[in-house]
Amino acid sequence: MALLSKASRSAVADPLLKNNPIGVQVLGICSALAVTIRVDQAVIMTAAVVFVLSMSNSIISLIRSFIPNRTRIIIQLSIIAGLVTFIDEILQAYMYDMSKQLTVFVGLIITNCIVMGRADAFAMQNSLGKSFLDGMGNGLGYGGILIVVSFFRELLGSGTLYGYQVVPQWAYENGYENLGLMVLSPGAFIVLGLIVWLQLQVAKPEDH
Amino acid sequence: MGLEHYVSLLTKSVFIENIVLAYFLGMCSFLAISKQIETSIGLGFAVIFVLSLTAPANWAIHEFLLRGGALAWLGYPDISLTYLNFIVFIAVIAATVQLVEMFLDRFSPTLYQNLGIYLPLIAVNCSILGGSLLLVEREYTFVESVVFGFGSGLGFFLAIVALAAIRFRLRYSNVPEHLKGVGMAMLLTGLISMAFMAFSGIDL
Repeated sequence: MALLSKASRSAVADPLLKNNPIGVQVLGICSALAVTIRVDQAVIMTAAVVFVLSMSNSIISLIRSFIPNRTRIIIQLSIIAGLVTFIDEILQAYMYDMSKQLTVFVGLIITNCIVMGRADAFAMQNSLGKSFLDGMGNGLGYGGILIVVSFFRELLGSGTLYGYQVVPQWAYENGYENLGLMVLSPGAFIVLGLIVWLQLQVAKPEDH
Repeated sequence: MGLEHYVSLLTKSVFIENIVLAYFLGMCSFLAISKQIETSIGLGFAVIFVLSLTAPANWAIHEFLLRGGALAWLGYPDISLTYLNFIVFIAVIAATVQLVEMFLDRFSPTLYQNLGIYLPLIAVNCSILGGSLLLVEREYTFVESVVFGFGSGLGFFLAIVALAAIRFRLRYSNVPEHLKGVGMAMLLTGLISMAFMAFSGIDL
C-alpha cells in the first residue's frame, strides 16, 4: 500500500492486534462488555467509539500548543464529553430503539479510559494526521474485540447473528439448547478473558 | 415508602445488580488496582466515598436544573437541558473529587495519605459517572439516590477486595504464561460474577 507511509500504516494497524487497547494496554474494558450481547449493538458502539476517538484525538492535537499543562485533563474531558453528547443526540434522533438498548453506555464513552488515554499520551505530542490515524486505529482495535466477543455471545447465547437465526430449528428439536450463561454478565467476562489469552498468545507483545 | 423499600434497594445495588459484576462499570481500575489487597481496600473506600457524594449531587442538579420542565421556577417550563447531562455530570464529579481531596488534605491527613493517590483516578472511573447516569435513567427519588450511591460503592468495594484476595492466592499458582494478568483476572471476575448472580434468587 503506497497510499500511506509505513509509520502511518502502523499507527492504524498496530492497535488492531500487536498493541490492542483492550488486550495489551488494558484500557476501556468498562463499557466494552455491556454492549456485547448482540452483534448489532457492538457494531454501533464501535462506530461511536471510532468517531469519538479519532475526532477527540484530532481536536486535541490541533489545539495542543494552547492547552496549559495544569488544566489539560478538564479541557480534554470537556472536548470528549461534547463529542459524546453529539453522538448520543444523533443516535436518539435517527436510531431511537438502538439508543434505548445502549442506555447509559453511550454516555460512558466519556470515561472510557482509551479515549482519555490516547488524548493524553498521543494527541498531546503528535501532529494532526498522526493523531487522527492513531485514534482510528485504537477505536478499531477496541471495536474488533467488542465484535468478536459479541459474535460468540450472540451465537452461543441466542443462536442468532446480527438478529438472524443461525442455529437451525432441527438442532433445537434434537435437544440443542442456547447457553443462557452467555447472555448474562459472567459470560462476557469469561469470553473476553479467553480472547485476551488467545490474542496475547498470538501477538506476543515484548513488554508483557 | 417504608424502610423495607430502601433496605431492598441497598441489597439490590450491593449484591444483585453489583455495579462491577453486573454492569461492568469501573472495570479499568478494578483490574489495574486489584493486584494488592491494601491498595484495593484504599480504592474501594475512595469509591464508596465519592459515589455517595456525587450520586445525590447529580440527582439534585438533574432534578432542579436539567430535567425537562425543571426550569419552571424561572419561568421556562418548556426547556429541557438533558443534553447537557454528560458534560455537567462529569464536571460535578471532577469538582467533587477535587473538593474531597482538598478537604481531606486539610482535616484528615492520615485519610488523605491513604486515599490521596486514588482520588484523581476516580474522576474518570466509569462507576462514578455510570452511577449518576443510571439513577437518572431509573428516575430515583433523593433518598433512593443516596442509598443507591452508597450501595453501589459498597458493591465495588466488596468486588475489588474479593478479586484482590483471589489474585493474591494465585500468585504461586501455575498459570499459563499468556493468561497471566488481564486474562486470568477476567476469568476470575466471571466466576465471582457468577457467584453474585446467585443472589438474584432472593426475593425482597
